[in-house]
Amino acid sequence: MILSCKEVSRLVSQGLDRRLGWLERARLRLHLAICDGCTNFKKQMDFLRRAVARLQEELKERT
Amino acid sequence: MNDFRSRLETERPYLLRFASLQLRDPHAAEDAVQETLVAALAGEASFQGRANLRTWLTGILKHKIVDAIRRLSREATVVPLETDDLDAFFVDNGHWVDPPGAWADPGASLEQKRFFAALEACLARLPQKIAQAFMMREHLGLDTGEICKELAITPTHCWVLLYRARMALRECLEKEWFKSK
Repeated sequence: MILSCKEVSRLVSQGLDRRLGWLERARLRLHLAICDGCTNFKKQMDFLRRAVARLQEELKERT
Repeated sequence: MNDFRSRLETERPYLLRFASLQLRDPHAAEDAVQETLVAALAGEASFQGRANLRTWLTGILKHKIVDAIRRLSREATVVPLETDDLDAFFVDNGHWVDPPGAWADPGASLEQKRFFAALEACLARLPQKIAQAFMMREHLGLDTGEICKELAITPTHCWVLLYRARMALRECLEKEWFKSK
C-alpha cells in the first residue's frame, strides 16, 4: 500500500509527537524516496520545531 | 526589598514574555508570573545552590502556565476532529494541490530578528485551541500524553490539533517570509 501525500503529511507531523511503528516508518521512507514535495514538507516540519526553540532563545536576548 | 526579591523582580519581564507566548490572555499571563514569583519567594530555600535563577523560575512558571490552561480550557471551544478543511491542500487522490517547494536557506532565517517577528505573527493567527496545543508541545516541551490530560482530549484529537497547527504555520511562514523575502 502506497501512502498518499495527505497521509504522509499527517504521519510526518505525528512523527514529531510519538514514535511511529516500523511499518509506518517503512512506508514513510518509501514515499519520501520518490516525492520531492513531501521531502520538502518534512524538512519544513523539522525546521518549525527548531524555529520555536530558537524563539525562546530570542526572548532571553531581548531582556 | 531584600536581595533575593530584587533578583526575582529583574526576571519578571522575561517571565512575562515567556508566559505570553503560551497564554494569549494578558491577565492570565501576568497572574501566572505573579504566582511564580510568590512561589519562588516562599521557596527561596529550595533555590539555594542552584546555578541559574532564570532556569529555576522558568520551571516553576511552566507549572503555573499549565494550571492556567487547565482553568481556561473549561470554557474553551471544541475544535473539530475531522480534517476536511485541510482537504484544500490536497486533490482528491491525496496529492498536493501545490507541492511544497524547498525553502531557501532556512538556517539563515534563524539569525534574523525579522524572521521571529514573522513567526510570532503567524502564531498569533492560529485559532486559540490549536495554538494552545502547539505551544504546549513546542514551547513548554510537554509530551502529547500530558497535553491530552490537561486539555481533556484524546491522543488522536491532540495529534490532529498539532497537525493543523503545523500545516497552518508552514503555509503562513511560506507566504509571509520565504516568498516575500
